[in-house]
Amino acid sequence: MRKDDIQRYNANERSNHWAVAILFILAGLSGLALFHPALFWLSNLFGGGPWTRILHPFLGVAMFVLFLGLMVRFWRSNYFSGNDRKWLGSLNKVLRNEEEGVPPIGKYNPGQKLLFWVLVVTMLVLLVSGVVIWRAYFSHLFGIELIRLSALLHAAAAFVLVLSIIVHVYAAIWIKGSFGAMMSGRVSRLWAKKHHELWYDEVTKQERK
Amino acid sequence: MATQNIIARSATTTTPPSIRQVDEVAKLIDVSKCIGCKACQVACSEWNELRDEVGHTHGTYDNPADLTAESWTLMRFTEHENTAGDLEWLIRKDGCMHCAEPGCLTACPSPGAIVQYANGIVDFNQDKCIGCGYCVTGCPFDIPRISEKDKKAYKCTLCNDRVSVGLEPACVKTCPTGAIVFGSKDDMKHHAEERIEDLKSRGFENAGLYDPAGVGGTHVMYVLHHADKPSLYADLPNEPAISPMVSLWKGVTKPLALLAMGAAVLAGFFHYVRVGPQRVEEEEEHEAPAEPVVKKQDPAVHTFDPRQP
Repeated sequence: MRKDDIQRYNANERSNHWAVAILFILAGLSGLALFHPALFWLSNLFGGGPWTRILHPFLGVAMFVLFLGLMVRFWRSNYFSGNDRKWLGSLNKVLRNEEEGVPPIGKYNPGQKLLFWVLVVTMLVLLVSGVVIWRAYFSHLFGIELIRLSALLHAAAAFVLVLSIIVHVYAAIWIKGSFGAMMSGRVSRLWAKKHHELWYDEVTKQERK
Repeated sequence: MATQNIIARSATTTTPPSIRQVDEVAKLIDVSKCIGCKACQVACSEWNELRDEVGHTHGTYDNPADLTAESWTLMRFTEHENTAGDLEWLIRKDGCMHCAEPGCLTACPSPGAIVQYANGIVDFNQDKCIGCGYCVTGCPFDIPRISEKDKKAYKCTLCNDRVSVGLEPACVKTCPTGAIVFGSKDDMKHHAEERIEDLKSRGFENAGLYDPAGVGGTHVMYVLHHADKPSLYADLPNEPAISPMVSLWKGVTKPLALLAMGAAVLAGFFHYVRVGPQRVEEEEEHEAPAEPVVKKQDPAVHTFDPRQP
C-alpha cells in the first residue's frame, strides 16, 4: 500500500459489503440444501434439516435488510451512463484482457452496474416470495396458488442471484486489486486509471481543488 | 425390519429399495352409503392415538371444522339442491387420497421424509420431516397439515401399520354401513362397478368412480352419485393434478439450474487458466519510486582476520 493510494470504499461501506456477503453465504448454503437433493447434505452445516428450515428465512431477511444499506450507498453510482453501452459492446475485448478500443468508464463498469440492478431485483423477489412461503408465520395468510407461484419465483430468483454472485466473485479473483479494494478500501492510482479512468479523473480533479 | 417395497422416496435421485412386489391396495368410499356418523373419525383417532383439541362449531355438521395434524380424516357435509328441487345431503369422508403421483412427495426437499410403498400407500416419516410445508404446497387435495406442537407434517397413513400386517384400515373396520371397503385396487374397482350399476338403476345416471387420472389414479377412491361434478362434494377437485407451477419448480429446472451454477464456476476457472488475471502491469507499478525492502547497513560487529593483508 502506498501513501498516494486512492480510497475507493470507506470502512462502513466495506463492513456493509462483507456483512451482506457473509449472510449471502449462509442464506445461500441453507437455501441450496433445500434446492436440490444432491445438496441436502449442506443442511448438516446448520445443524440438520429442521434447523436449516428454521434459520434460512431469518438469514435471508437479515441479508435483505443489510443489502438495503448497500443499495442506498451505491444506488446513484450505478446509473447507466456515457460509455456504458460502448463498453458492453467491447465486452469480448474486456474478457480477453485487451485494453485497446475499450472505452474509459466511471466508478463502476457496466458489468458491475448490471450486477447491482440484478441484485436489487432478485433480493426484492426473494424477500416477497420468501415471506409467502414462510410456513411457520405467514403462509396461512396466502392462497395455495400464490404460495406455489412464490415457491417457483423464490427458486428462480435464488438461481439468478447465485449465478450473478459466482460471476461477481470470479471477477474479484480475475481483476487483481479489486479484492484488496473491498478489504482495505484503497486502490493504487494505476489501478484506478486502468480500470475506472473517468472515476480516476474525477478523483484527481477534486484533489487538485 | 428392512424395507424393500418403497417405489418412490422424496428428494432421492436413485431408485429406492423396491424389489418386493405386492398388489396395489385401495380404500373405496361409497359416498351414497355414508350416513355421516363419524365413526371413521373416531376410529382413526383411537387407532392412531390422536386426541385433537375440542374446537367450536361453525354452524355445520363438519366437526372438527377442518383437517388438522391430529384429525386425519373428516366428514364434510354439503347440502345440495338437485334439479328436481330436492335436497341431497352429500357427505364425503375427506383425507389423503394416496395418489399414484403424489404432489407432496414431488415437492418434499428432505430425503425419505415422504415415501410411497409398492402397495400405493403414501406415508410421511415425521422423524425426517423438516417442517417446511412444501408437501402442503405440492398436494392437489389440500391434505397435509403442519402440527403446531412439533412443526411436522401429518396426514392419513392409510393405516400403513395395520395394512402391512394384513388388517384393513381402522376407518374401514369400524364403518357401520359398509360405505368404506378395502382390498386390492382391482377388487375395489370391480366392487365400485357393481355399486355404480346399482346407483344408475336407481336414477343416478351420472354415478361413477372417482379415481382421477390427473394424479395417476388414487388409492383412496370414491363412488359418487354425481361423478360428473365432483366439486359438489365439498370442493373435491374435478380434475386434480400436480400444479404446473409445482412441476416447473421441482421438475427438470432444478438439475439444469444446478448444472448451470457448476458450469459458471468452471467457466471462471478455465477463463483464469486460459486468459489469466488482469493485473496492473509490473512496470507501471514500479514507476513510483519504491523503497528498498532491506536497507544496507554497516554491520554492528566487525570481525578481524589476521591472515588478511
